[in-house]
Amino acid sequence: MSVRRLAEESLQPQGFSFSADNAVWAEATIRKYPEGRQQSAVIPLLMRAQEQDGWVTKAAIEHVADMLGMPYIRVLEVATFYTQFQLKPIGTRAHVQVCGTTPCMLRGSEALIDLCRHRIHHDPLTPNAAGTLSWEEVECQGACVNAPMVMIFKDSYEDLTVEALEEIIDRFEAGEGASVKPGPQIERIYSAPEGGLTTLTEAPTSSAGSSAQGSAQPGVSLPPANAGRANADAEETDPKLKTPATDKQGAKASADVSGENADKAKE
Amino acid sequence: MAKLKVDGKEIEVPDHFTLLQACEEAGAEVPRFCFHERLSVAGNCRMCLIEVKGGPPKPAASCAMGVRDLRPGPNGEAPEVFTTTPMVKKAREGVMEFLLINHPLDCPICDQGGECDLQDQAMAFGVDSTRYNENKRAVEDKYIGPLVKTVMNRCIHCTRCVRFTTEVAGIAELGLIGRGEDAEITTYLEQAMTSELQGNVVDLCPVGALTSKPYAFHARPWELGKTESIDVMDALGSAIRVDTRGREVMRIMPRVNEEINEEWISDKTRFIWDGLKTQRLDRPYVKKDGRLQPATWSEAFAAIKAAVSGAQPQRIGAIAGDLASVEEIYALKRLMAALGSTDIDCRQDGAALDPSLGRASYLFNPTILGIEQADAALIIGANPRYEASVLNARLRKRFRQGNFPIGVIGEATELRYDYSYLGAGTDTLADLVAGNGSFLDVLKNAKRPLVIIGQGALAGEGGAAVLAQAAKLAAAVGAVTAEWNGFAVLHTAASRVGALDLGFVPAEAGRTAADIVASSQVLFLLGADEVDLTRKSGFTVYIGSHGDNGAHVADVILPGAAYTEKSGTWVNTEGRVQMGNRAGFAPGDAREDWAILRALSDVLGKRLPFDSLAELRRKLYGDYPHFADIDAIAASAPGEIEALAQKAGAMAKSAFASPVKDFYLTNPIARASAVMAECSALARNNFKAAAE
Ligand code: SF4
Ligand code: FES
Ligand code: FES
Repeated sequence: MSVRRLAEESLQPQGFSFSADNAVWAEATIRKYPEGRQQSAVIPLLMRAQEQDGWVTKAAIEHVADMLGMPYIRVLEVATFYTQFQLKPIGTRAHVQVCGTTPCMLRGSEALIDLCRHRIHHDPLTPNAAGTLSWEEVECQGACVNAPMVMIFKDSYEDLTVEALEEIIDRFEAGEGASVKPGPQIERIYSAPEGGLTTLTEAPTSSAGSSAQGSAQPGVSLPPANAGRANADAEETDPKLKTPATDKQGAKASADVSGENADKAKE
Repeated sequence: MAKLKVDGKEIEVPDHFTLLQACEEAGAEVPRFCFHERLSVAGNCRMCLIEVKGGPPKPAASCAMGVRDLRPGPNGEAPEVFTTTPMVKKAREGVMEFLLINHPLDCPICDQGGECDLQDQAMAFGVDSTRYNENKRAVEDKYIGPLVKTVMNRCIHCTRCVRFTTEVAGIAELGLIGRGEDAEITTYLEQAMTSELQGNVVDLCPVGALTSKPYAFHARPWELGKTESIDVMDALGSAIRVDTRGREVMRIMPRVNEEINEEWISDKTRFIWDGLKTQRLDRPYVKKDGRLQPATWSEAFAAIKAAVSGAQPQRIGAIAGDLASVEEIYALKRLMAALGSTDIDCRQDGAALDPSLGRASYLFNPTILGIEQADAALIIGANPRYEASVLNARLRKRFRQGNFPIGVIGEATELRYDYSYLGAGTDTLADLVAGNGSFLDVLKNAKRPLVIIGQGALAGEGGAAVLAQAAKLAAAVGAVTAEWNGFAVLHTAASRVGALDLGFVPAEAGRTAADIVASSQVLFLLGADEVDLTRKSGFTVYIGSHGDNGAHVADVILPGAAYTEKSGTWVNTEGRVQMGNRAGFAPGDAREDWAILRALSDVLGKRLPFDSLAELRRKLYGDYPHFADIDAIAASAPGEIEALAQKAGAMAKSAFASPVKDFYLTNPIARASAVMAECSALARNNFKAAAE
């Protein structure tokens, strides 16, 4: 993270106002909070302003502050605190947020970042010449099973390769972002196995008696499975086990050992 | 009350105490940066960690944990905390090490050096070496106004400054933007702060991130002489400490006085000192050939003698200025009496305060501390934010505690708290007195209502009627009882109450300072620069410290001492008698004002019967015993308010306007100060200055 400031004056638009729909939505959002707590709406409102204009402008900060009766500095504090708020203009067609956290990194996110560097702009959070694309590295987006992944606006694109990402970026740049299928970019549903199921492939049958495993005799009912139950004879759950809570004297004795070789004495 | 043991010592403290306060009560020192008694608890510096027995096995932030949260021992023993255990030592060293990771090592060029909490606590609780090899963070300095200099590398993010400005000063202008390592303190888009109390963040900042801009690189704390004194910039008499090097005043700091200023002072009080060095009158002047020319004391006295002997005694007038001390006003009064004149006045603004109505009629009777007990307030013709900024902070403090409705009659301006605006002037007041208006019920239902009357309501023709009507209103709403006197006159001049106590008003009723100026053949101005002098007709003698309005029209100038250069008594708006001390000597030939008057009286053949300040005070205390009770308020009689209420007559229709038009330029010292001029220009420009 780096120091976050408002964009310079030349980039700032003159004013800000919510579109008709958004204004209605904003009113409703403010009403959600109890009397006297309307200022809690500051984050949703700023987020909606960002969705509307692409980034959080100075005018938007002041507009939201006025709507909620907050001092400007208080809204600025919020806007600069959350990195989700873009304080400078970003790509109008796509802002590619590449996850760089460990699982994604192990699965090749560094190559994706390299691609963004070459394809979009050398520096993160800086739009390309046309102003259509920008990128940044973000922390885990919670799609690690499908690593590596990127997030573009509200959709995530997973199981990426450099080629797949390049293709996605191309399509977004051409203004066809909506036609890209979000989610895994390989043959699989959500995080199900690639290329189809590998287990539980048979059609389920209705009666337990005619189970596919065939181990039970007809007419004999199965005892309930123990799967999912706590294993009561695990050592750490044994009630007889002496802990400082149950064995006060023992605990005291070992706590009393002190001095240079205390650790050794306890062994 | 809660019982607990601190380092084995058992103590009992009130339930609302934090562990930090309890430890202090027990005499254990707990280092801290973010905690401050008068601000909300932030708990973000972690310097105050202590060990709590039976608590979670980690150190606890003592400033953020109440004694109520402690659990007793298994057999009901008092809970125990420790401040000297190895765990605490290690925790402190750890916190200190983290704080110093990013703190620059610029103490040798830091203005806070020598009085820096971080420096002191690093010495006391830190380790002597660093294990950190990375680069330190660098933060851009911010412009937050002409008074407070920022060196943001040094900030440790305690947020005291943010909490002070928001909670006490009532301006939500400072904030902490960004987060983590990139957190920065700034105002919105680096605008100047608009508070009259902003200088206090300099004292609050535990490091050198916020320092005094005018004082930057001027002196080191250990080379300064420190004199405890009393402020005269407004009528509160805030406790100050004047720091001098040689004869030069280097800075002014607040002292704690719970009854008046807690530990805050206004920016005018704090940053006035450069005005003490400029525009000074350092030798006598006499007007010759239409021009003021330097003269000796005897030439000046001879010129006065000639003028006085040519004048009718009844047409010799004297006006006492706003900064004058009781001693010199007393000397002037005796001199005037000896000359056979009663044409004296201290009410430069023409306020209709009359000492013959009794002391209660012109005091802030509920006292400043009493504001905290009040449960409703009506402000008539005053703008406490400008007239008494520190008192305004007290009103805001009470306001923040809730259940404190405030009504305002006069100008509708930003006061730093919400109020109901009732109206502009006499009509609204008359309405309330007549028993109309919803705010009347608010006042009636209050147990201890406060009625604050400003000089803006009392000036001019109708002032006396307004005062009486206000007294009537106060009596009607139950603001004046045996236990509570809520009738509060808010003064703007430091000298005013003392001068009224001395009866420094014309013998003839209804005569004003302006009349005296217009009719006197010989006019003595004791530091009086606020009265309109364009209509003066006679020979004018100005006794004072600064070349301001009075000196410009004078025929003879006698150079006097400013408030830091004399020992003097001032009585604040509550009627509290306080003594200020001399921090240095007046420049050049200038003398203390009482001594000038004593020497002049000799030349005029009316020698005043005292040769020293001590003798003067003995005479003064003989005539007016209450001046001997330093730091006390002589009890005043609530009956005087009721008597005043009886006098209530019709008011001439007028709107109330505060006499303080420009907070930064209310007296000759302030007008001589470049810092005040800059602040004033900024305020007039609506605080829009280009960030440097
Ligand atoms: S500037 Fe000073 S008072 Fe303000 S947060 Fe930083 S260290 Fe604390
Ligand atoms: S690490 Fe990339 S989504 Fe979790
Ligand atoms: S003083 Fe307790 S955390 Fe700062």
